[in-house]
Amino acid sequence: MQPVILWTDALVFALVAAVAGLVLFIRRHEHLCAPWAGVAKRPMAMGAALVLAVFVVIGLLDSLHYRERLPDSPPDKPQYSVEVLSAFDALVGPLRTQQEKTYSAPLAMRLYAKEFVDHDGVAVREYPRLKYGGAHLESEADRRADLVRRVLLGGAQGLAIALLLLGALAAWQARCSRQSYGEWLVAFGTGGLGWPGRTVATTLALIAIMLAVVIQLASGYHVLGTDKVGQDVLYISLKSIRTGLVIGTLTTLVTLPLAIVLGIAAGYFRGWVDDVIQYVYTVLNSIPGVLLIAAAVLIVQVYIESNPELFDTAAARADIRLLALCIIMGVTSWTGLARLLRGESLKLRTLDYVEAARAFGVSHSRIIGRHIFPNVFHLVLIAIVLDFSGLVLAEAVLSYVGVGVDPGMYSWGNMINGARLELAREPVVWWQLGAAFAFMFTLVLAANLFADGVRDAFDPRVGGRR
Amino acid sequence: MFAYLLRRILYAIPILIGVNLLTFTLFFVVNTPDDMARLQLGAKHVTPEAIERWKVEHGYDKPLLLNREMQGSAQFTDTIFFKHSAAMFAFEFGKGDDGRDIGNEIATRMGPSLAIALPVFVIGLLVNVSFALLMVFFRATYLDLWGVVLCVVLMSISGLFYIIAGQYFIAKLWNLLPISGFADGIDAFKFVLLPVLVGVVSGIGSGARWYRTIFLEEIGKDYVRTARAKGLSEVRVLFRHVLKNGLIPILTGAVVVLPLLFMGSLITESFFGIPGLGSYTIDAIQAQDFSVVRAMVFLGAVLYIIGLILTDLSYAWADPRVRLQ
Repeated sequence: MQPVILWTDALVFALVAAVAGLVLFIRRHEHLCAPWAGVAKRPMAMGAALVLAVFVVIGLLDSLHYRERLPDSPPDKPQYSVEVLSAFDALVGPLRTQQEKTYSAPLAMRLYAKEFVDHDGVAVREYPRLKYGGAHLESEADRRADLVRRVLLGGAQGLAIALLLLGALAAWQARCSRQSYGEWLVAFGTGGLGWPGRTVATTLALIAIMLAVVIQLASGYHVLGTDKVGQDVLYISLKSIRTGLVIGTLTTLVTLPLAIVLGIAAGYFRGWVDDVIQYVYTVLNSIPGVLLIAAAVLIVQVYIESNPELFDTAAARADIRLLALCIIMGVTSWTGLARLLRGESLKLRTLDYVEAARAFGVSHSRIIGRHIFPNVFHLVLIAIVLDFSGLVLAEAVLSYVGVGVDPGMYSWGNMINGARLELAREPVVWWQLGAAFAFMFTLVLAANLFADGVRDAFDPRVGGRR
Repeated sequence: MFAYLLRRILYAIPILIGVNLLTFTLFFVVNTPDDMARLQLGAKHVTPEAIERWKVEHGYDKPLLLNREMQGSAQFTDTIFFKHSAAMFAFEFGKGDDGRDIGNEIATRMGPSLAIALPVFVIGLLVNVSFALLMVFFRATYLDLWGVVLCVVLMSISGLFYIIAGQYFIAKLWNLLPISGFADGIDAFKFVLLPVLVGVVSGIGSGARWYRTIFLEEIGKDYVRTARAKGLSEVRVLFRHVLKNGLIPILTGAVVVLPLLFMGSLITESFFGIPGLGSYTIDAIQAQDFSVVRAMVFLGAVLYIIGLILTDLSYAWADPRVRLQ
């Protein structure tokens, strides 16, 4: 086994480290904790955060890449497979390898297309049984009972896990707050915890039950069917999570330095600095976004094609294109936040304490660092969480236009693009489209609800009105 | 006022030059004139002479930005950039790679684009404002709360889903409207209906929620309290006072996109087979037709700048306190 660190992997883990550092920093400062405590009080935001956490865990697992050693390579000079796998692939194992011939419906036992099947020497044209989906069953009559059994078993397992987690949480929380176990449970039941315990518990239980049921079903069936080349749709949808998360987060990582530096500089220094920065962002804003992205993606494509020696695997190629897409989307989308920060800095620089600092001869960088930036930080944070969902949705549209991620990459945009024309078939092949839209919807909805909570807690204007 | 307009229009020139320079650089990093010639000539006819001939015919035989062989200002004017981009300021876009006149193409395709984009804009605005007013009327009740949740749900759905679902259910399953296509004159109506419906529905979520916040901000102001103190009914307060004042930021905010309606929508047009500017642009991106893309970028930039100027004018018109100078 040889670990592979793709560019986006490195950046994703750098981002995780940065977030962890930020959390530690915030925990040490009480005034920074306060708005987050406000977020934690909102049931919807907390439920959404839990769902997001599941997505993030899957995405992170999928970011630990490696290449398997070829079985027949000599031990002193090992050779590695060209296929890049991830910890997530290793975890779900059979989901990746159990390929059918072509389409099959969710939980089906037979293929979507007819084939000639040999019945005791007689060739009969029929829907053949699937190689893996429901292969453990003798006859199709058993399917219903088997499905019910698996759903019930999965539900019970999920519920048990959820109850166990809740029990552990209760024990820990009760110890922290020096309550007895019973007192804590009463507070939990009546909603007197100070944080939305019941919503969190319900969401947790739902997630656990759903995961357990899916795991139970997936060991015997293709839960969401298979796609055109027979690959499991559930597997593709889960792999696409990483792509969506990477686009949503790394793009903001590119946006932030540009928006913060240029926005604050324009508002704080005014004069010619302001003129130049305003000129740059008006120019960027006037170009229709899709065209700018298209042009830049084409450049990257040409670069990759003319320098094939730089990329040893298909995954590395697709990864560079994903990174390029993030950078390009970041470069085209910093203008909105920059404008906001400019306006806010313009206001802040005239405040008495900033003028006083300047009168004392404090340097510009220090004034910006100590007085301006902390006072616009809530705007930055709100922009990060609000932009995330928009970026995830934009990926699908860009992939449709042909300037999105690499066509070989797992992404919801590519899934939609590939399945769009299959709706014209009879019977309809709906599961691939449905799965892509459902996963995308869940992620975006959770992100939106969480963003709302963050905005309500951080934006002083919204907070005052409620 | 006149001086202000003149200054804004003059300020547009450096921006347009910047836009041109940027797209020019981007595209010529991708493919050199040689590549373009090779792509256009096809695999069969590629000889160095043929490439040279194509470059001369299409005006790509000059240096990109700076011609060192010339003297004086000709150093800048006798280049590909100047020959191809300066003409754009006179709205002469030249020919696309398929040999058709781009200006002509834009003129004929603007109609269908507008036939979709304008109704979506107008009806969308009406629907969103009514929906937002409804939520504001029932503010701080469960109706309002669930309205907002519904908005968040609606805006979390991918735009592609609205189009695909609309086409599948309304056109294919229930056979109510044609799936895609376009016709001239009065026949266009039935083709326009579905895209407009999809466009309006997909915009409700974010639109209604945004307008709701605007109205809520308005409703907390002193004049509303005065109106209530006078004994006006809630409906009257809402429609006579809040709606009127809330419409100012809504309308002035919408003005900036008004000129851009001419450009149409990329995705909607290509899904519904509308022969508008949006599908023209998508085709050009996919065929890597630089002249068309450059023309569309220029057109988009001009329309955007017009939108910005119109926004300033509409502010001054709607709010007497704003003076343009």
